[in-house]
Amino acid sequence: MAAHDDTGRPDTAAPAIELKGISKAFGPVQANKDISIRVMPGTIHGIIGENGAGKSTLMSILYGFYKADAGEIWVHGARREIPDSQAAIAAGIGMVFQHFKLVENFTVLENVVLGAEEGARLTPSLSKARKLLKQLSEEYELHVDPDALIQDLGVGMQQRVEILKALYRQADILILDEPTGVLTPAEADHLFRILEGLKREGKTIILITHKLREIMEITDTVSVMRLGEMTATVKTPETSPEQLAELMVGRKVLLRVDKAPARPGETVLQVDNLKVTDSKGVERLRGVSLNVRKGEILGIAGVAGNGQSELLEVLGGMREGRGSVQLNGQELDLSGTKSDARTRRRRGIAHVPEDRQREGLIMDFQAWENVGFGYHDDPAYCRGMFMDNAALRKDTERKIEKFDVRPANADLAAKSFSGGNQQKLVIARELERNPDLLLVGQPTRGVDIGAIEFIHQQIVALRDEGKAVLLVSVELDEIMALSDRIAVMFDGSIMGERLPSETSERELGLLMAGISDTSREHSIKEVEENLAHSGGKVMT
Amino acid sequence: MTKMPRWADIALIPLINLALALLVAGIVLLFIGQNPVEALQIMVRGAVGSTYGWGYTLFYATNFIFTGLAVAVAFHAKLFNIGGEGQAQLGSLGVALVCLAVPWPHWLLALPAAIVGGAVFGAAWAFIPAYLQAKRGSHIVITTIMFNFIASSLLVYLLVSTLKAPGMAPESARFPEGAWLPSARELFASIGIEFSRAPLNVSFLVALLACWLVWLLLWRTRLGYEIRALGHSEPAARYAGISPPRIVIIAMLISGALAGLMAVNAVMGEQERLLQDNVLGAGFVGIAVALMGRSHPVGVLLAAILFGALYQGGAELEFETSVPRQMIIVIQALVILFTGALDNMVREPVTGLFLRYGKRKPAPGTPAE
Repeated sequence: MAAHDDTGRPDTAAPAIELKGISKAFGPVQANKDISIRVMPGTIHGIIGENGAGKSTLMSILYGFYKADAGEIWVHGARREIPDSQAAIAAGIGMVFQHFKLVENFTVLENVVLGAEEGARLTPSLSKARKLLKQLSEEYELHVDPDALIQDLGVGMQQRVEILKALYRQADILILDEPTGVLTPAEADHLFRILEGLKREGKTIILITHKLREIMEITDTVSVMRLGEMTATVKTPETSPEQLAELMVGRKVLLRVDKAPARPGETVLQVDNLKVTDSKGVERLRGVSLNVRKGEILGIAGVAGNGQSELLEVLGGMREGRGSVQLNGQELDLSGTKSDARTRRRRGIAHVPEDRQREGLIMDFQAWENVGFGYHDDPAYCRGMFMDNAALRKDTERKIEKFDVRPANADLAAKSFSGGNQQKLVIARELERNPDLLLVGQPTRGVDIGAIEFIHQQIVALRDEGKAVLLVSVELDEIMALSDRIAVMFDGSIMGERLPSETSERELGLLMAGISDTSREHSIKEVEENLAHSGGKVMT
Repeated sequence: MTKMPRWADIALIPLINLALALLVAGIVLLFIGQNPVEALQIMVRGAVGSTYGWGYTLFYATNFIFTGLAVAVAFHAKLFNIGGEGQAQLGSLGVALVCLAVPWPHWLLALPAAIVGGAVFGAAWAFIPAYLQAKRGSHIVITTIMFNFIASSLLVYLLVSTLKAPGMAPESARFPEGAWLPSARELFASIGIEFSRAPLNVSFLVALLACWLVWLLLWRTRLGYEIRALGHSEPAARYAGISPPRIVIIAMLISGALAGLMAVNAVMGEQERLLQDNVLGAGFVGIAVALMGRSHPVGVLLAAILFGALYQGGAELEFETSVPRQMIIVIQALVILFTGALDNMVREPVTGLFLRYGKRKPAPGTPAE
């Protein structure tokens, strides 16, 4: 804002952002240790690291959410105190959060102006913003209808609004936190084009991600964080994904999943014309048919919100549906009291849910209580109406050891484990039941690279034992790496099925955007229009 | 993020809350020209300075244990049952009907029957709001509070018509002698200890048993596990095959039954007849007791005794000084305010202090972030 103007033209010789010796502790946890970094103006600087490495903490300090215990922040060669986000904005720093901070029932224009209104009357600010928005959208390919309501826009569009918000506040340094997590490959490509455009105009961009591919594709420089420390800063052309992965984890990592070709047997799960209508009357599944056989992994690809969650929930017994689902040739009840998760588990369906913190675990329960979760009426864990806590605890200790959960402490509350170890607890619980069918949603969301490798190996091992696996993931890389067959979902329907060896990310990306097999000649532009259009009914 | 040690959470914070409440009450007393130190002494002496004081303190505490447990069980399922008052009133009806229906030969027979009567009536009164919440989504806070009024009116109606005993007062006939519960004085006398005449009776032991059973239910049974799981996360409960409507109804039935049990103490143990106003706000005090006791039976027990002492001490203060009755209610209200509603005011700064100065001992294996 006003304060930004008196710094004049950025001094191109000085770094846009320079952090010197930043440290920050939360209680006994040292989230950032003596971090120094120089981000040169007009570049795209990637920051990569595992979950819990301290990336978000560092950016929160830069944006004024946390106060560093020690260290200095320099912006364009001048030392700055950034006690709150107002100061960050004044210093020309804009932030696009992973979880958007938009008012759903406001228009794009109202959201952009919100908090930056000039005076009590809204109309002058709005008309000024409208002009500026038009100019920005032409300059940077940031096309958004200023009068659309946020709730009617797809995720990709909402993200553009976040970027516009930052630009409207005259940010010349833009921080993006995991920006591609919710985007289709086509949308991600478009975002990268926008970022390239911003860079050409002299803006500085800091990109936080855990995706090595994005770092390689778009950044000029990359800094790697591990365990709260900055382990390396390298020029992107001079490094490789393997080297970066090693720097992140501290040891060599297999980036590919080693697996033998599948030897599928008879059909375990047969789904025919499955439909789900949600409480608002919106049809979430519009007649899905698929099958999974013994010894194979069927991957469901798709942008979040296209019915995959509902599919898992119906199969897992968390939601009612219509149609036909057969498990080992026997019909499952899709509504009524016999359609609950308990009955499904007894029939041999294990379920690693998409959101482990909301569904898979009770965060305030101790690890041993969570290991019985969903199986708490198993005779092995019970004595009559009482829980056999000793047996449960013993079983938990065994699972913790087998699945290398750290810290190996069965009495710790689930929320005290890192994301990866929480997921290992869930995986241990579900895989050890020796199910006929494993439903698994977003198995590695928010999980560090080391644990991803382990979790992938466990899922493949289950397949090799001759079990059927239905995998849902929004990470296309994960789908490609694990699946023996890939089905793509869009707007509650299966758009098509492909073999991983005979398809490409581009083809899958088109299917994910709702472009069916017959019309593969569509241009990227049409894909986007399709997405923007579908956004209204796919997203709530 | 690390937490405060458990003892601070359970003991230190309630004590700070209590001290603040007494401090403010003291200032108010100063304003009306009373000596706060003297007043506090009278209250403490009146509540716990004699077997007479204890007899009243623990009598009140018995009521608060039942209503406190009732609120606590519902809390564990994330249900805010503020209908303890009405459920206790219906419980009193159940207890009275049981006591009046049969010419009981001995209290040992009458007590279990009255427990069933109070529990069933209390649970039945909680069932309707529970059903409406579970199946129709009517918010339980609204329905339970409305049911308090209905219960009160229902009782008045019965006491001026069907159940009314001959005479002027709207009250039932006196219970038969076989349904009178032994008082603490009689119980202690049987083992040769002298205890003052006070309404404390054998129901206190029933209350202690209820504490233990609630603990057993919540932390040792499958049902308790399901109640707590639902209280923490409804999507997780559905994922685990726990039916939320079923657990909501069961938790409320247990809650209502516990509230209904209060009548065993108040109606059967003391009044020995059904009076129009026999709950006297204990249902609402139960909310403060559950909050202060952090919904744990041991915490509920201790908080109930504190509130019992406050009631008894307040009565003594009124008796011995010119502090008006309203002032006593102010003091009690201050304690409820500080321990219940303003709990976070103390909790956050104290947690902050512990995090700041508690670094030397990091929790074992706390992961980064």
